[in-house]
Amino acid sequence: MSSTTSAPVITTDKLTKRFGQFIAANELTFQVAKGEIFGFLGANGAGKTTAMRMLCGLLKPSSGKATIAGYDVYTQTEKIKRSIGYMSQKFSLYDDLTVAENIRFYAGIYGMSRPAIKEKTAQLLKELQLEKEAKTLVSELPLGWKQKLSFSVSIVHDPDIVFLDEPTGGVDPVTRRQFWDLIYHASDRGVTVFVTTHYMDEAEYCNRVSIMVDGVVAALDSPTRLKQQFGRDNMEDVFYELARKATRKAD
Amino acid sequence: MKQLLTFIRKEFLHVFRDRKTLLMLFGLPIAQIVLFGFALSNEVKNSRIAVTDYSKDPVTTQLIDKISSSSYFNIQRNLNSAQQIDAAFKKGDIRMAVIFPANFSTDLTHTGKATIQVIADASDPNLATTITNYITRIVGDFNTQSELSTGQPLQILPEVQMLYNPELKGAPNFVPGVMALVLMLVCTMMTSVAIVKEKELGTMEILLVSPFKPIYIIISKLTPNLLISVVNLFVILVLSALFLDLHVKGSTLLLIFCSILFILTSLSIGLLLSINAKTQQSAMMASLMGMMLPTMLLTGFLFPIENMPWPMQVLANLVPSRWYFIIVKRVMLKGMGFGAVWKETLILAGMCLALFAISLRRFKIRLQ
Amino acid sequence: MKTLIFLLEKEFRQILRNKGIVRMLIIAPVIQLILLPLAADYSVKNISIAVVDNDHSTASQRLIGKITSSGYFKLTGYTGSYKAALSMVEQDRADLVLQIPAHFERDLVRENTQKLYVAINAIEGTKANLGGAYLSSIVQDYNQEIRQDWHTSATVSIQDAPQISIASSNWYNPFMNFHLYIVPAILVTLVTAMASMQTAFNIVQEKESGTIEQINVTPIKKYIFITGKMIPFLVLGIIIFSLGLLVGWIFYGIVPVGNLGVMYLSLVDYLFAMLGLGLLLATYSGTQMQAMSLSFFFINIFNMMSGAFTAVDSMPGWAQAIVQTFPPSHFIKIMRMVVLKGSGLSDITYELGAMFVIGLVLNTWAILNYRKTA
Repeated sequence: MSSTTSAPVITTDKLTKRFGQFIAANELTFQVAKGEIFGFLGANGAGKTTAMRMLCGLLKPSSGKATIAGYDVYTQTEKIKRSIGYMSQKFSLYDDLTVAENIRFYAGIYGMSRPAIKEKTAQLLKELQLEKEAKTLVSELPLGWKQKLSFSVSIVHDPDIVFLDEPTGGVDPVTRRQFWDLIYHASDRGVTVFVTTHYMDEAEYCNRVSIMVDGVVAALDSPTRLKQQFGRDNMEDVFYELARKATRKAD
Repeated sequence: MKQLLTFIRKEFLHVFRDRKTLLMLFGLPIAQIVLFGFALSNEVKNSRIAVTDYSKDPVTTQLIDKISSSSYFNIQRNLNSAQQIDAAFKKGDIRMAVIFPANFSTDLTHTGKATIQVIADASDPNLATTITNYITRIVGDFNTQSELSTGQPLQILPEVQMLYNPELKGAPNFVPGVMALVLMLVCTMMTSVAIVKEKELGTMEILLVSPFKPIYIIISKLTPNLLISVVNLFVILVLSALFLDLHVKGSTLLLIFCSILFILTSLSIGLLLSINAKTQQSAMMASLMGMMLPTMLLTGFLFPIENMPWPMQVLANLVPSRWYFIIVKRVMLKGMGFGAVWKETLILAGMCLALFAISLRRFKIRLQ
Repeated sequence: MKTLIFLLEKEFRQILRNKGIVRMLIIAPVIQLILLPLAADYSVKNISIAVVDNDHSTASQRLIGKITSSGYFKLTGYTGSYKAALSMVEQDRADLVLQIPAHFERDLVRENTQKLYVAINAIEGTKANLGGAYLSSIVQDYNQEIRQDWHTSATVSIQDAPQISIASSNWYNPFMNFHLYIVPAILVTLVTAMASMQTAFNIVQEKESGTIEQINVTPIKKYIFITGKMIPFLVLGIIIFSLGLLVGWIFYGIVPVGNLGVMYLSLVDYLFAMLGLGLLLATYSGTQMQAMSLSFFFINIFNMMSGAFTAVDSMPGWAQAIVQTFPPSHFIKIMRMVVLKGSGLSDITYELGAMFVIGLVLNTWAILNYRKTA
């Protein structure tokens, strides 16, 4: 696991998003280092997805600053898109394409050459142990496999950072464990992982964790230190302690 | 029963929560019918024609004046050669060319007979027939009325009266026709897509495992669509009366009864489609691509069904809107009573029951 | 450019994989084009007529004989009461009523002039127009005949009054074949529905399933994505159109008089505009239900108002102005001109230009609107 002291790849400074009167994300300020696994926690409606969409260049911030892999979120969204991977809450592979075709398509639109795609496809299928399923339609795969495939596809172009929005929703514990192995593997290769989750055991796997409440970052530190700070045994209790102070309604 | 109401309420919430869709479901059908009512017409007038006068004598001048003063024609220009006429036809500038030959007046004075050459662009055969007839009539009138022929003996003068629609407006024909077309397609589409969407989302399975009877699921799915369509119907009837001067001459109650029967039939078609379709896309394809044009042409408001070859007539008989169109014309425009439409009503009722029964059977089979 | 190829590969795979849809997209238009022209036949030959004969003379019999032998009319009623005939019109058993008054024959000679009463069901305008026109020309012929008979039977020779007659000819379609007129229009209608609206459904489907979100975080350019969505449907439109031309040739013997190149050039111009519309509708719809409602709205208006089945010339000025903005109205016109009259490029520059401008507006609007919502 890489240390948290190397140069930051995500920096935000008072990053804010308003929808009319409603402040979805309020003055977010934090940094994420290269290779770090950064957990982004918060109850439903706390503003996680809004923050993440701003960082991916899908949503223009209302105010504040942020750079992703050194690129500005206001002016360099196209460059940001080249440096990141994204796996959304909604399942994002094409059901009516096969496993190999999905990999090929996403690799292709990131501008990889045909031989590189071929090599990458073989490598991914091997890693995921899906060699036999290369020609299976994605719609016929079990959910857990789809999620793993989805993750692999989102980093097919070797991005600096990958954003994962609740990647393990509805997946069994064994598959979740395998999924986290993939995350560690990516992190080892120097990919920064920015992940939101509702599973507190997963929060424990992160290098650092931030907890959002009502649009602001209420706590940010490594799981160990957060537990110390709040005097709790596990992240579940830490999260509960913070989240119940929320006044905003869940979405 | 209480269960059923709960489900119907849920369906209404689905429909009414989505304001944009709701606006489309109400606004678009009404907008179409009003637009068609105002815009469409069968009256042929102001047809653009070209006149070539090689004779240039008082008689031709008089005749040309007569032609240009009629509302049927709009003389665009004078063309001098066959090539020019061909070019004008090819550009679509004119519909007909009227040519007075150079020897027109000499022929008329010497032999008492002269011929005008008329060339019609028959790429639209009906228009060609109609305007050729108009010009024949104008020349015929000229023959009998002008001083050329004082004292023509034995004149037979047809006196023509246009029934129901003296001004030959398009609305009386198109409004009932389009009403049948739009109601049928909108009902079919709404129902099929709404049900298939639940299938796609997987919520249909939840409904199917609930202790709720399939027929209740069907009823609760159909009720909001029925309501929307009935509201649309009322708005259309009110707008037709206010703006298009189309009042319900017969019993409004009878018209509404038949309309609801027709709407139910259309909803049942949607139901049947939804049972066979797996995705929203295929449901839409079936209802929009597969049904639209056949329904449009076989309802009978664009082309008379009795003109069609018998296999097409048989096919037309299977289209519910064909029967509804007859009912609307009779009850709304001619003011006839139930005695005149009982047969059509019975056919609609039969179709409705059959479709519903088939759908219900299929629905149950899927459940097992 | 390279990304476009990957995008196209994916689109084609997805379309071709869905066998049901492909079958529907190809077979439905072909079947409809084979069958529907049979239904859309307005060569009027069977106008039903009810005759109220209050005269029962040889003259009235002769007139009726002339009407029934004309081939345009079918005698469905022969009564002595006008009321009975009217009720036949009410029940759609007769389209028009001809009333021959009592003492028609006697009074015609005695008073030198007589009236015939014609009542036409005018709800259906085209039929009323044509029926009235045919009947009055038959009556005119009949009048002429009677006059001639009278002349010959009269011992006094009356000098013929000067007569102007009409020699009419029908160009481009001398046999007045209605199929020549309707098949090109139905073909355009089918291409419109099949190819262009699929673009809207396809994009909205990606929106609904969420895959478009994934595309939006990739560095793919909007115009490439949009081009990638449009090309498959352009190809599909060209395939359907070509099949349609084949059907027209095989089943209806229609061989375009004009140049095929001109037709295909117009088709591409037309599809450019219609795919732009599909795209625009997609940017305004969040769900497939909405995309469908909007598509139905536009297709129906296009079908009803673009001159395929109704006459644009008969519409009021404001409606004609609106129709000018409908791409199908121009393309139907082009098709009829090229297929029937052999019009060339120089004859259709206005229509081509109009479609191109409309296409440009729609596509620009769609791309601008797409950026905002994405």
